[in-house]
Amino acid sequence: MSTYKVLVVEDSPTMRQLIVFALKRIRGLSIVEANDGVDGLKKLSSDRFDLILTDINMPIMDGLKLVSLARNDPGYKEVPIVIITTEGANEDRERALAIGANDYITKPIQTVKIIEVTKKLLKISS
Amino acid sequence: MSEPEEERGQASKRADEFMQVFKKGAEFTQELLKENERLRYQVLQLDEAAKARQDESGGVDPEVERLRLRVEELEQEKQEILDRIKHVEAENLDFANRYVEIENENNMLANLYIASYQLHSTLDFREVLQVITEIIINLIGGEEFGIMLLDEKTNRLSAVASEGVACEDLPVVELGQGIIGQMARTGENYFIDDLEHYQKDFSHPIVCIPLKIKEHVIGVIVIYQLLVQKSRFADVDYELFTLLAGHAATAIFSSKLYSESERKLSTIQGFLDLMTK
Repeated sequence: MSTYKVLVVEDSPTMRQLIVFALKRIRGLSIVEANDGVDGLKKLSSDRFDLILTDINMPIMDGLKLVSLARNDPGYKEVPIVIITTEGANEDRERALAIGANDYITKPIQTVKIIEVTKKLLKISS
Repeated sequence: MSEPEEERGQASKRADEFMQVFKKGAEFTQELLKENERLRYQVLQLDEAAKARQDESGGVDPEVERLRLRVEELEQEKQEILDRIKHVEAENLDFANRYVEIENENNMLANLYIASYQLHSTLDFREVLQVITEIIINLIGGEEFGIMLLDEKTNRLSAVASEGVACEDLPVVELGQGIIGQMARTGENYFIDDLEHYQKDFSHPIVCIPLKIKEHVIGVIVIYQLLVQKSRFADVDYELFTLLAGHAATAIFSSKLYSESERKLSTIQGFLDLMTK
């Protein structure tokens, strides 16, 4: 069974735990957690990920900066990135998608939504 | 030979030829009549034979009857298959609905488990307030809200943490005063009826949840605004409010007690150090 590596970048431990909890319901995922954008960037450069889920509002480096930096890295040009945020306005969504995010989930989240989007982007059928 | 004799001879010859053609025609007609008679006889025989067969098999050709029965069987099978398909479709729909229900329950349980886990993951008062704030933002979808604690000496509620509004902007409320004070006194949850037309008023929140240890109220959570994408409360939100009412209160109370005991311990330790020096 193939294993996908997923990076979860979220400063809130509560939210991070909920995302990880949801992702653990998908078989074959290996999950790595990061506390903020800088931590996320470090982990991106030291490992190879198949999917990135990131919050926007985080200390030190926000999620949008992380997305644009990841997209400038040839190794992460095509890797799917999902934004999970409290920002529900259309312009925020459009901005995130314009800089390279593949999907945009607003909080409060449904665990089923995280599972659905992850499976869709990693092309996991069951 | 004279001319009239020659003419007579030719006429006689034509008459013979005509007679021969006529005879041939007559013979042919005779043959046709015989053939017709023979065929009529055959038709009659076939009719009789068919009639005899019908009489033998009760009136229907057995091959036709066999095929008719087969058609009936196939029609019945087709109907059974259609009924089975309908049944399977109904079952599929039922499974799909149950799947959605179970997923919703899973989502609810995951939220409650994580909220409870996080609330009891620390004994630091500020961290407990931070966890409550995170739960209200991330799991419930609150944008502007406050956590107010009751001062038992003055019987007043004042904000100790807030999000989207400054603590100083939130009113200090007497126990029993207004919606907030009344809910703190009665220990009942309050939800505004019409979320859509709500006008922000710090003394009248859209939600007021008393924080209770058993029936003893130690404070309230007041929510003034939800995130733009959150138009109404879901079932899981009411469960989370119930959880917060009990578990947040316990977590706040424990962390305060712990802080006080830590402070006292450090003071006693200081005295002991002074005395033993």
